[in-house]
Amino acid sequence: MFVLALVKQTVRVPAEKFDRDVDQAISEELNLKFANKVVMDVGLCIALWDIVKRGESFILPGDSGHHTKVEFRYVVFRPFMDQILVGRIKNCDKSAVQVTLGFFDDIFISGQNLQNNSKFDEKEHTWVWEYESEDGKHELFMDTGEEIRFKVIEECFIDTTPSAPGSEAPDSSLDPIKDNKKMSYRIQASIKESGLGLLTWWMG
Amino acid sequence: MEIIDANTSTLTNYEVLKLLTSLKGKGDQARNQSGSATITYETIKYLEGTPASVQTEGCFKTFLEKVKKFGLTKKEKLMLMNLRPQTAVEISLVLKIVQAPEEERLTEEQTDELIQLIQNTLPEKML
Repeated sequence: MFVLALVKQTVRVPAEKFDRDVDQAISEELNLKFANKVVMDVGLCIALWDIVKRGESFILPGDSGHHTKVEFRYVVFRPFMDQILVGRIKNCDKSAVQVTLGFFDDIFISGQNLQNNSKFDEKEHTWVWEYESEDGKHELFMDTGEEIRFKVIEECFIDTTPSAPGSEAPDSSLDPIKDNKKMSYRIQASIKESGLGLLTWWMG
Repeated sequence: MEIIDANTSTLTNYEVLKLLTSLKGKGDQARNQSGSATITYETIKYLEGTPASVQTEGCFKTFLEKVKKFGLTKKEKLMLMNLRPQTAVEISLVLKIVQAPEEERLTEEQTDELIQLIQNTLPEKML
């Protein structure tokens, strides 16, 4: 579920950190800048892994900080397709079950990706799997907070930055503003297979 | 920023947990600020609830050495290490993925052997 992304970026280290080790100062800046951010087509950034290459540092007129081009590897949350993960149910509504991993909770299992014969119980506000076995029908409730095993089937990145009126979409790789863009990363999951669903369903 | 490669390698949960715990221990200034500290804390909290919390590098080494004969793919092995499945239904879930879904990858005996191997090499998380 976690991968390493290799990224090149110019980092500004403010003057008050000049007394610190350069790599240490840059690491701090990178952690501040990217941790807990979603990067388009990369994933949710967690923490800096290491700095691979560090270029020369520059100072610019009117700016007390130094600017350094670095290549670094960052730990990113980006499960692959069909990966099996375990999380907890955060919420149920008529259209889907939302699952959280604590640090990431945009995981949705839509109604048609639940086990066959699942129904939404309006009164309890949960989804129920009506499981039929030889000794009759069982109602398996999907309560909030329960641990659930699911399979990743789809991901999508959406740019949620408010767009300036009349602006053309420029080549985004050259656009320095890109770093400030707001992205949302959503995962669609499925539990429509034996072994998937609440952990308690499949125990012994 | 320029993304050179969005996925240079895949990490096990164990490796991520180890990195984050070491960051937390360092207590550098950046960690006391907003987003960075939150995500570290939340991710550690999640990973501590998974088998990664009791794993060591040594157990992976033995596991990877012994699991070779099953001819599993990298992704399958990764999932086995992250999830530490203990039942046949979980194993088939993990292994079904990569190849033709209708085809069983392992025979029943092999599945049992794999479960044994997992139990013997990867430590169990006490509840």
